[in-house]
Amino acid sequence: MTIAAPRRFTGGRRIDISQLIVWAIGGILLAIVLLGSILTLRAGHYTAAQWRDFVVFGIAQGAIYALIALGYTMVYGVLRMINFAHGEVFMSGAMTTFFLADYLNRSGFLKAHPWISLVAMLLFSGLVSMTVAVLVERIAYRPLRGAPRLVPLITAVGASFFLQYTFRGLFGSGVRAYPAIPVLQGKLWVFQKTQVAVFIGVLITLALLVLFLQRTRAGLAIRAVAEDREAAALMGVDVDRAIVTTFAVGGFMAGIAGVLYALVFVQVQFFMGFLPGIKAFTAAVLGGIGNLPGAAVGGLVLGVIESIGPSLFFDGYGIRAAHQLKDVIAFTILVLILIFRPTGLLGERLGGEERV
Amino acid sequence: MVLLETSHLTKRFGGLVALRDVDLVVQERAIHSVIGPNGAGKTTLFNCITGFLVPDAGDIRFSGTSITGLRPDLVARLGIARTYQNIRLFRHLSVLDNVLIGLHPHINYSLLDAILRTPRYRRAERAAEREARELLAFVGLAGKEFFTAANLPYGDQRRLEIARALALRPKLLLLDEPTAGMNPHETEEMIRLIRRLRDERGITILLIEHDMKVVMNISDVVTVLDFGEKIAEGTPEEVRRDPRVIEAYLGRGAASGLGPSTLPLPGEA
Amino acid sequence: MIVRAARRAIFIGLVAGIAAWHLSLVGLIPAFAQRRLVGDTLTFSYALLIALLALAAFATGRRYPGAAQRIPWGILSALVSSLMLFLLALLVTHLNLRQILLNATPELARVLTFGGGASGAGLVRLLLIGLLAGLFAGGLSALPRPWGRVIVSAALMTLLLGLLRDVLGPLLPQVVTSFLYGTAGLSLAGAVVTFLLAAVLFTLRWSLRANAVTARATAAVPATVRQPVIQALLLLILASVPLWAGLFLSNVADFVGFYILMGLGLNLVLGFAGLLDLGYVAFFAVGAYTMAVLTSPEVGQRFTLDFWVALPIAVVTTVLAGLLVGLPVLRMRGDYLAIATLGFGEIVRLLVLSDWLKPYLGGAQGVTRIARPSIASWRIDSPQEFYLLVLISCLFAWFLSVRLRDSRLGRSWFAIREDEHVAQAMGINRVTVKLSAFAIGASFGGLSGALFASLVGSVVPASFSLLVSINVVALLVLGGMGSLPGVVVGALALVGLPELLREFQEYRLLVYGIVLIAMMLFRPAGLLPERIHRRELEEAVEEAREIAPAEIATGRG
Repeated sequence: MTIAAPRRFTGGRRIDISQLIVWAIGGILLAIVLLGSILTLRAGHYTAAQWRDFVVFGIAQGAIYALIALGYTMVYGVLRMINFAHGEVFMSGAMTTFFLADYLNRSGFLKAHPWISLVAMLLFSGLVSMTVAVLVERIAYRPLRGAPRLVPLITAVGASFFLQYTFRGLFGSGVRAYPAIPVLQGKLWVFQKTQVAVFIGVLITLALLVLFLQRTRAGLAIRAVAEDREAAALMGVDVDRAIVTTFAVGGFMAGIAGVLYALVFVQVQFFMGFLPGIKAFTAAVLGGIGNLPGAAVGGLVLGVIESIGPSLFFDGYGIRAAHQLKDVIAFTILVLILIFRPTGLLGERLGGEERV
Repeated sequence: MVLLETSHLTKRFGGLVALRDVDLVVQERAIHSVIGPNGAGKTTLFNCITGFLVPDAGDIRFSGTSITGLRPDLVARLGIARTYQNIRLFRHLSVLDNVLIGLHPHINYSLLDAILRTPRYRRAERAAEREARELLAFVGLAGKEFFTAANLPYGDQRRLEIARALALRPKLLLLDEPTAGMNPHETEEMIRLIRRLRDERGITILLIEHDMKVVMNISDVVTVLDFGEKIAEGTPEEVRRDPRVIEAYLGRGAASGLGPSTLPLPGEA
Repeated sequence: MIVRAARRAIFIGLVAGIAAWHLSLVGLIPAFAQRRLVGDTLTFSYALLIALLALAAFATGRRYPGAAQRIPWGILSALVSSLMLFLLALLVTHLNLRQILLNATPELARVLTFGGGASGAGLVRLLLIGLLAGLFAGGLSALPRPWGRVIVSAALMTLLLGLLRDVLGPLLPQVVTSFLYGTAGLSLAGAVVTFLLAAVLFTLRWSLRANAVTARATAAVPATVRQPVIQALLLLILASVPLWAGLFLSNVADFVGFYILMGLGLNLVLGFAGLLDLGYVAFFAVGAYTMAVLTSPEVGQRFTLDFWVALPIAVVTTVLAGLLVGLPVLRMRGDYLAIATLGFGEIVRLLVLSDWLKPYLGGAQGVTRIARPSIASWRIDSPQEFYLLVLISCLFAWFLSVRLRDSRLGRSWFAIREDEHVAQAMGINRVTVKLSAFAIGASFGGLSGALFASLVGSVVPASFSLLVSINVVALLVLGGMGSLPGVVVGALALVGLPELLREFQEYRLLVYGIVLIAMMLFRPAGLLPERIHRRELEEAVEEAREIAPAEIATGRG
């Protein structure tokens, strides 16, 4: 049994050299970014339409991050742990659904009933991811609840690689291309139709999630456990069940995100969960982990920054192939947010006691 | 002589005021108790003194110098050691290592000494081990040096925590409910140990305690906190008769879960 | 009672069956179908399947006190697993799943039924094997304490020897080889002899150890004499590797050495100070690239330094990198620290990969023509010669680890690992203590990277992916976090073995995943636990497991 540590004390200010150095590095980075932006804007390589496209793309991408981020944040809310394998939960839905999509495509059903097909794919993917998430919880996390913090973190990393290479073993390491859905081709005003579909899909899912959390008993149980696990248990809430439900719901949304991701990027493969997973985690922290609206906002913010960032920040310096630095920006945001504002932009909303 | 002095000490958590204008004076070689209902701010006071919390206002002086806002490890090095309400040992380490870690600030050799195992390293390590064993013997844990801390019985864990605190060679020792969860016999022994700390080692004791028998038994001075404010101070006898103290306990006695036996009622021995 | 026992036995059998399905369908089991261990029949695939059946029987049986219950319930479990295997064989044969599942081939069906095929004959064969495995495992668990262990160890030893035929064959004297090994794997006679020898050895070791417990208490003197002798012998064997090992084996030994170095480095951070650094590869990369940039004529200033000048610079650079990573993450709690360091590792890789820094770091093509060391006129060129350099580095890192562990700094690391708050209250400055762990830990990684770059002669960004970090974490977890011998065992098992077994390469990371989860569930302190840490970590997990279902409500933890 580990002894619960009390709150982290951050009441007053105490500055030492190590902190000053960190702040100085942060300041330099900020200066680089600002200077780069100014240089880029003055050089005027990009038209307003291009910037707009960047933003639109960023929002579509960010919406998907948001869906995945909700899974991180919900699990964190009830268990105070980072489900490192969540990116792989997302991947498992997308990968498996490829075969359904492929089948629907070849049988001609996809052309005849695109909307029904799409819904079927989303549901299927959601269910697969949900199953995987629940299994991960059952096998890798539940037996270790209450063990030192490091232990479930290590199993989470293990689960992540286990899933990745299981899918690689099952389905091969090649890249698979999702069939195009005819009704989603082309543009609607300035947007790609797929982007619109993604955005609508995310909105509907979010609305359903809010309804679920606010209006159902299971949702209430989850919120109660997030608020205070012990009190919830004393009030007769089945904590284990609430935790499983959380994983299930988070997994379901990750599965939906998987199909939406495949609509935008077309290609899927076993390694696809890693980057979106990390980025969604970044989004969750950005919005304040444990904070549901925060995760959604964080996803959008990250998506947009990542989309316009390489051009805006680096183009002014004349850096070659700045788009390669897209992921560098995402990871830098991740590190910076963890350093400077681990409670997120909107503030960490944690029920009960925070454990160090 | 005054060893520790807080003046106008104030600490807020958001809207909640955990400590308000607390003035506390601890005399050298005193056994000084802090009591008060749950949530009165006792542990916050400890955390402010040991540097884990930085007070919002007020000053803390130790041996005449201000230690307000000093980093916890520096406070510890000045000679303030503490124990915890819920025992916090280095559970996976041996009993001896627990105490050796406490001796950390007093072991002097460089990294190079350690790598080359110079005579200086050997001397310092030997001296440290000797001192650690002596401390363990003092609290009654001789012969258990190589047990794993987590495997000790409860009472021994409390003693080990005190031995570890003593390893800092403190002038002031803060004990947070040292008799919590102990049976009457163990409590008796703990009281004796605390007395010996002061009498044999000249250590000043500041103590949080819920068990009124213990408080009345060993304290030279008792300070009473309620809702973050000091409401009374004096000898056990004086405090016990103070109407505000009685009110503080009796008024919410039922709610705070204090049994009648621990109430400082007048006339009760 | 009987119903419950039966249900439990069937459940465990089903779980083992599902595990077998998983391993089959990801391709692990069919991949080893050609790897013969003993004679012409026992392949590694069969051994794996039999092990699964036996494990099911063992897991079921060990809940019961006597052989009378252990054996029948164990057999039931194994039979259920056998049926599952047969079911998969049937499915694979009669449904065309290959479109989706790569490994659902007729070949798999043959392997699953031990060559019988998805027919009545296959079923009979499977059930028979299930019965035998169940009987074996049940009987084993019913044996008195040491014997079961001795038999299992000896059997594993035999299989390992068969597995390593291609490696060991050429090394052993001709007479021994031709006796032990057949055309593939051990010959039958060789297997029997190996098994018996191993059994005798394990028995001896066990009885020695049983005596040692009492002996050590009474006479401590012999140990102090004995230990240096053993150490000297071990050193001699280690130093002689280049003499008897060929090019291939020396190369493998070098790579194991690189990972041992990294493992020792991460051990300071993760094992001693309790900080999970998932970006440890960054230090390996910094070391390698510093070496590359300083000694290769291809990039940078077009000047080249000597290896021996570049090496210390590379190490110092990694120390600085360690400080740079360490400083900002000091105040983070465990899980955030893991992710932040992972972020650092990825940033390093992405920057190295980018076209932006290509003029300095070589971009995706990397850097080649990195200098090799030479001493006077002797150029250290071949993997065999390089091995000595790696060995010396590992010994040095080991030596430093021991000395630091037994110092006041080491105790401070442990204190931080156990309880950061209390450590501070004990006068420990967490900034300097954590930073020193990061910096020293990083330096080992940098040394490893620099040597790696020099041996391979080139660096490419692909060698510095997250997978390296995961590899190092996995080997630490397998050997036991905080345990120095554990690092070596972990590196041998997770780096050495896969290098020797070609088929294994593809499933390496799958196995790492399994290792990480399984170790945490069943043996969190590792195979060779740090002496005192051991029981506690296991207890903590055991406790957690007991609390988890019901008492989580009381909120301990």
